[in-house]
Amino acid sequence: MIRRRTGLLWGAVILGLAALVSISSCGRPERRKPAAARSDVEEAALKTYVPPGDLDEYYIFYSGGHSGNVYIGGLPSMRHISTIPVFAPYPATGYGFDEESKAMLGSFTWGDAHHPALSETNGDYDGRWLFINDNANNRIARIDLRDFKTRQIFGPIPNVSGNHGSSFVTPNTEYALYASRFSVPIPKGTYASINDYGTKFSGVVGALAIDPQTGAMSNGWQIKMPPFDFDLGDAGKGASDGYAFWTCYNTERATGKLEVTASQRERDYIAMVDWKAAAQAVKDGKTKDIGGVPVIDPAETKGLVWLLPCGKSPHGVDVSPDGKYIVGSGKLQAAVTVFNIDKIKVAIQNKDFEGEEDGIPVLKFDAIKDAEVAVGLGPLHTQFDDKGYAYTSLFLDSAVSKWKLGTWEPLDKVNVQINIGHLLVVEGDTAHPVGKFCIAMNKLSHGQHLNVGPSQPETSQLIDIEGDKMRLIYTAFTEPEPHYAQAITATRLKPIEVYLKEESKNPNAIWDTKDASVTRSGNNVTVKMVAVRSSFEPTAIEVNRGDTVTIYLTNIEQTTDELHGFGLCEYNINVVIDPGETKTIKFVANKPGVYPYYCTNFCSALHQEMQGYLLVK
Amino acid sequence: MRRLLNRANAFFDSPIDLRSRLVVLLSTSALLLPTFLFPLWQLEMYANQYPDGLRLSIYSYKLAAGNNGNDLREINTLNHYIGMRALEPQDFFELKWLPFAVGLFFFLGLRVVVLGKVSKLVDLCVLFVYFGLFSLWSFGYRMYAYGHTLDPMAAVKIQPFTPPLFGHETLANFEVYSFPGVAAYLLLAYPFCLGLALFLSYRTFRSAERTVTI
Repeated sequence: MIRRRTGLLWGAVILGLAALVSISSCGRPERRKPAAARSDVEEAALKTYVPPGDLDEYYIFYSGGHSGNVYIGGLPSMRHISTIPVFAPYPATGYGFDEESKAMLGSFTWGDAHHPALSETNGDYDGRWLFINDNANNRIARIDLRDFKTRQIFGPIPNVSGNHGSSFVTPNTEYALYASRFSVPIPKGTYASINDYGTKFSGVVGALAIDPQTGAMSNGWQIKMPPFDFDLGDAGKGASDGYAFWTCYNTERATGKLEVTASQRERDYIAMVDWKAAAQAVKDGKTKDIGGVPVIDPAETKGLVWLLPCGKSPHGVDVSPDGKYIVGSGKLQAAVTVFNIDKIKVAIQNKDFEGEEDGIPVLKFDAIKDAEVAVGLGPLHTQFDDKGYAYTSLFLDSAVSKWKLGTWEPLDKVNVQINIGHLLVVEGDTAHPVGKFCIAMNKLSHGQHLNVGPSQPETSQLIDIEGDKMRLIYTAFTEPEPHYAQAITATRLKPIEVYLKEESKNPNAIWDTKDASVTRSGNNVTVKMVAVRSSFEPTAIEVNRGDTVTIYLTNIEQTTDELHGFGLCEYNINVVIDPGETKTIKFVANKPGVYPYYCTNFCSALHQEMQGYLLVK
Repeated sequence: MRRLLNRANAFFDSPIDLRSRLVVLLSTSALLLPTFLFPLWQLEMYANQYPDGLRLSIYSYKLAAGNNGNDLREINTLNHYIGMRALEPQDFFELKWLPFAVGLFFFLGLRVVVLGKVSKLVDLCVLFVYFGLFSLWSFGYRMYAYGHTLDPMAAVKIQPFTPPLFGHETLANFEVYSFPGVAAYLLLAYPFCLGLALFLSYRTFRSAERTVTI
C-alpha cells in the first residue's frame, strides 16, 4: 500500500519503537503468539481495508455502459473514487456545457461505453491514455491520464455500426481496434432490404491509428467482412504480435430472431487480421473508398485475413501473456477453445483450409487447436495471471473458473453473485499480469444490497487469487453498467493535481482579477472572467437581448482541489473549472431580465457570496 | 584612565596576527557567501486542510514558497479574507539592500584580512552587529505592519496582530511556525568569529606588550 509521507514518518517511529522494544526484551524468553488462526472474514477484511489517509495500490477503470462514463475505482478497497464523463453530459463536472466538451460530444447526448483499453508499451500498460469505445454511436474516445479528462472523441467511424469489438490496443499503442457488431449496407445511409442481408449487408473490422506522441486518433485501416456480428477482440503480442483477433456470432448470416436463428451452427469464427499487412495494403492503395475511408476487400487483397473456427457463438478472445495462446470463449458451450499461434502460422503456410467465406480462408480446426478446456457453462471472457493460470468468467454457472495453460486442467471454481460478464485480473491482458486480484463484473445483483427499488445496481466482486484456492472477499456495487474494466498499478500513472499557470496555453486565459474585461463588437460580447476565492470578476455583465455572449472563464487558483463552478440561473449553463483551467461558455442572451450566476462547486467559507449578475436589457 | 585609552589606541593600531586573519578570511567566505544559498527565515503553516503545510522561505534576495511558489499565492488568498495586504516580493525593499549589504560585508572582511589592522576589525564588528540588529528590527516591523494595516472592509474582521517572529503560535485554524533559517545562523555565527579573531589578536597584543615590558 502506498502510504503518505506522514504514514512513512509514523512507520519510522513505530520501527524505532519496535527496535527499542526488541533491544529491551533481549534475554527474555520468547513469547509465543497465540496459535489460533484469524477467521476468513478477518483476513478478507484486512486484505481490502485501506485506512483513512492511505491510498489504494491499483486503479480500476470501469466502463460505465450506457451511462457513457468511465468509473474509477481503487483496489483493494473497491471504493468508487471518481467518474470520468466521456460520451454523455455530466453536470457534476460541467462536462458537455462548455464549448470544448460540447464540440467533442457533437449532437449525441449518450454513448454506450464498453471496453476500456489502457495504452501499452511493449505489451504492458504505460499509464498514458485510456481508450474507450461507444457501441451505440460508433466512436472511440481518448482519456488523458495526466489529468483524467476526455480529450478526443473520434467518430462516428464510417461504415461501422455497433462498435463493440473495441477499443483494444496493439502492444505499442499503434492502433485502437474496432469492429461492427451490427452489419449494415455500407456506406452508412445506403438502403437495402432485410431480405438481401446475406449479400448487401457488410461487417467491418478496422483500427484507428494513434499518434505515439499525442495519442491523437485518426483513420487507420478498415476491412470489409461478411455480415457476421463481430463481438470482442484482442491484439496479439509476443509470439502473436502483428495480429488482431475478433470473435463473431451469427456466421449463419441470419436475420429476425437472432437468439434462435444465429445459434444454429456448432462453430462460429475468430477473425484474425495481419494488421501490419493491412496497414501496408492501405499504403499501397489496394483499397476502395467507402464512406470516406480506404477499405480493403479481402476477396481481392489476399493474405491478411483468416477465420479460425471456434465453438459456439464465442464472446471473448484473449491472448495469453506470452502471446502463444489465443483463447476463444464460446458462450453457448461448456468449454473454451485454445488455439496455438505457431500452429496457426504453419496452417496458413500449408494452406490448411477447410473452406472459405466470401473469399476469406477458414483454417482447419484440428490443425490449429491446442485444447478445448471444460471450464464450465457459458464461458465469456478469460484473463491471465503471472503464474501460468487462466481465469474464465462463466455466465451460466455464475462463477469464475481457474485453469492451467499448457496442461489444460480446470483447477478451481468460485461462485459469484450473479451472472458474471467480464472479469479482470490486475494487468491481466498485458505481457506481465499481476496475479493478486481478480474482479468479477456481474450483470445482476438480485438484492445483494439494501433494497433500492426495482432499478438495481450491478456488483463487482473481488476475488483473492494469490493462493491455490480462489476466495471471494468483497462485493462492491457499481452504477450501470460496467462491461469490461482494467486495473493498473497506481505508480504507473503520473497525474497532475492542478493545471500550472506556467503551462497554460489558452490565449484567452487571464491570471489577475485586474485583467477581467467585458468587450463588445457588434452583437458579440466577450467576457474574460476570473474565478478565485471567493468571487467572480467581473461581478456583473450587462448585455442587450439577442447578444451572443462568450465567457472565457479561468480559475486562477493553484491549490489542489480548489475547484469553482459557474452556474447561470435559467440559462442552462453549468461549468466547473479546475485550478488553473480555462473554459469557454457561449450562449445567446435571448431572455431579457436579470439572471444571477454563482459558484456551484463548494470552494470556501464565503462560497455563498461568490455570485454575480447577468443583466439583459 | 589615560593609560587605558593609550593602551586601547595601541591595541586598535596594532596589526592583527596571522591566525586572526585566517579566522576572518575563513569566516567571511564560509559564513557570508553561503547565505545566498540558504533561507534567512522559514515560515510554515499547518491546518487540517493543509496537512503538507504552506511554506514560505525568506532569502536575502527573494521570497521562495513551497509547491513551486504556489504556497505564496495560497497564503495571499487566505490573508485577503482578513484584509491583509498581499505579500509581494517587489514590496520587500529588504530583498534589494540585504544582498548588497552582505556583499559589502564580504569585502569589508577581505579588507580586514588585507589591511590587517585591529581598528578595521572593530569597525567590521560594530557595523555588522548594527546591520544584524537593524535587519531583525526591520523584519519584525514588517511583520507588525502587515498584521496591523488590515483593510477595514475585510470579510473577516480580526484584532490586529503580529505574526510570530520566532517559535510557534496558533492563528485561527493554523499552527504557524516561524524559525530562523540556515543563513540566519550563519550570519549569527559571523560576529562570534569576528569576536574570536579580536580575542586572538588581543592575546597576541598582550603577549607583545609583556615582551616589551620585560
